[in-house]
Amino acid sequence: MKPDFNNEEGPARTVDRPRPVSLAELSPGEAARIVGVEGDTRIGRRLGDLGFLPGTLVRALSRAPLGDPTVYELRGSRFCLRQGEARRVFVERGTEPDRG
Amino acid sequence: MAEATLSAPLRLGLLGSPNSGKTTLFNALTGLRARVGNYPGVTVERREGSTTLDGRTTVLIDLPGTYSLDPISADEAVVAKLLAGELAEVAAPDALVITADACSLDRSLLFVGQVLRLGRPACLVVTMVDELHARGGRVDLERLSQALGIPVVGVVGHRGIGLAELRELLGRPETWTRPPLTPPADALERAGWVDSVVQAAVQQAPGRHRATERVDRIVLHPLWGTLLFAAVMVTFFQLIFAWAVPLMDAIDLAVGWLGNAAHSVLPPGLLADFITDGVIAGVGSVIIFVPQIALLFALLSLLEDVGYMARAAFVVDRVMGRVGLEGRAFVSLLSSYACAIPGIMATRTIPSPRDRLVTILVSPLMTCSARLPVYALLIGAFVPAESGFGPFGLQGLVLLGLYLVGAFAAVAVAAILKRTILPGEGLPFYIELPSYRVPPLRLIASQVWTSVAAFLRRAGTIILVTSMVLWALLTFPQSEPPPGTPPAEAATWGVSHSAAGQLGKALEPVIAPLGFDWKIGVGLVASLAAREVIVATLAQVYAIGEEDAVSLREAVQKDVDPRTGERVFTHATVAALLVFFVFALQCMSTLAVIRRETHSWRWPAFAFCYLLVLAYGASFATHRLVGWLEAT
Repeated sequence: MKPDFNNEEGPARTVDRPRPVSLAELSPGEAARIVGVEGDTRIGRRLGDLGFLPGTLVRALSRAPLGDPTVYELRGSRFCLRQGEARRVFVERGTEPDRG
Repeated sequence: MAEATLSAPLRLGLLGSPNSGKTTLFNALTGLRARVGNYPGVTVERREGSTTLDGRTTVLIDLPGTYSLDPISADEAVVAKLLAGELAEVAAPDALVITADACSLDRSLLFVGQVLRLGRPACLVVTMVDELHARGGRVDLERLSQALGIPVVGVVGHRGIGLAELRELLGRPETWTRPPLTPPADALERAGWVDSVVQAAVQQAPGRHRATERVDRIVLHPLWGTLLFAAVMVTFFQLIFAWAVPLMDAIDLAVGWLGNAAHSVLPPGLLADFITDGVIAGVGSVIIFVPQIALLFALLSLLEDVGYMARAAFVVDRVMGRVGLEGRAFVSLLSSYACAIPGIMATRTIPSPRDRLVTILVSPLMTCSARLPVYALLIGAFVPAESGFGPFGLQGLVLLGLYLVGAFAAVAVAAILKRTILPGEGLPFYIELPSYRVPPLRLIASQVWTSVAAFLRRAGTIILVTSMVLWALLTFPQSEPPPGTPPAEAATWGVSHSAAGQLGKALEPVIAPLGFDWKIGVGLVASLAAREVIVATLAQVYAIGEEDAVSLREAVQKDVDPRTGERVFTHATVAALLVFFVFALQCMSTLAVIRRETHSWRWPAFAFCYLLVLAYGASFATHRLVGWLEAT
């Protein structure tokens, strides 16, 4: 592993702002804040129309028996997404759920 | 007043996301008098209802539920086009009524913002305000109206709360306020606009739906959820069989009685035969499906409206995903075990048109109940009842095997179709899990009625016509046996010299490799109407009363080919015939329903041909294999 010299903001900042992960990586029960949704594709636009938008809080609720799909809760609704869709949504972990 | 009634009716478009209480509101406003059809050229259901609002004749258009005006499915494309006035033959509505669930305003307003960008007169109906209050939430509808710039009414659709106020408002769209500013086009900016509206109007966000969370802890649990799913599906299947069968038997009995009554009243001859065997039997073959269709749709809508269907799809999605389909296809395939007709009608819940088509095309492979009489006759006659393995009788094992072969074939064909001619469209996959609710009975009743009426109107006519044609084929040309014909031959003379009989004989060279003789050929021709008809036809060919199952069984067992002196029904032939019935699409009702659901004869023709090729090939292979096994 080579040290990450590109990180200009320093190690302290890294602790505050964890590396964005995809929504698919959240374990059931984990909450996170959406930081981005992939591209101007049909899927990306639809996810946005459903409320998967930067700034929105999202929580993984439950994973289906064979590991896919997963139920997510956001903006007062629950949606079930497959991994293929969830990988297009990027989130920052460690966000306290403050509403919904 | 006179002026208002003379002018053209007011047309209001009702739109909202699925689960937003839109259909409940539609029913509450129009009663159950909806006209159901299709939008020109597409399989999208068109529901319109009339009512009088504020003394004004109004047509309410129940648009398909949609999450966005940026369409990804045929349903959503119709909504987007209709609102843009781009749909030929159907004019855009004069004004729009948007429904939004009070408990998920936060998300619903994203869609409302999109609709407001169209610049058409619009009002917002906030539904299920009772649930919002029960969950401790509070929304100031006055402020919501100010923030959005359009009229807002809160309702509890199925209880009629708020409806009087709403009806008054809907009658006068000219007076509706328009938003001062158009909401932003960009989704992210629109989310900011939604946040500001929510901040202005929502005084208290609803708490969690505790009942839903508690139930979901079991329903969505990897182990309990799967067990519950299995239990629900077994019960579902059992009910369709157990509850529909007595009704179907009653219809069968009534049709038989009516036929006999007609026969005794009418002077004997062609007319009496036509009325009993053509018309009455034909009508009977249509209404015999009604109990199953009604029951299936009652259970489907119950599961759907309660909120379980989305969870069931969640549980099996992965399994169906292996084949290239999605969770929602499972339910319709399961329904096809009872009967492919309701199964095919149930595919309407699948949003992707190609997935839906694949599901429709493989539905006939699921072993429907019409195959049972055929299986029972052949297995009963040729599989020894005594043999078996331990507690499992061989007869039951053969039956189970036939069911399994059908199911495996369905999965294999679906996988092949998805990889070849009907690949996925790359549609985003998502299912909303609504909060659990007790659905109003009226809603379920209206869904059942819509499905039954559609079946009777569209498929019923085709089935009736085909069964009359088949009657004619089995009856004409008429000929009398010459004097001196042995009585056994004389009894079957009419059938064997009819067009169907000649067709059976003409078919003989083609079906001989499967071990079938012309009598089976006639049975196969007749079974094009419906599979179980082969039993009645064989009875006719062997000149035996249809009720006499035992003697038909004996007659079939003893039948000997006059040319070779060997038995007609060898083990190889019986196995081949059973396998033929596993695959072949001998059911005009299914073809009629596929035609109705796909709006073209292309897909029923495709299904018929591919299943015939499959049936012939598998049957031929079985005949050879069993023959070879017996020889060694």
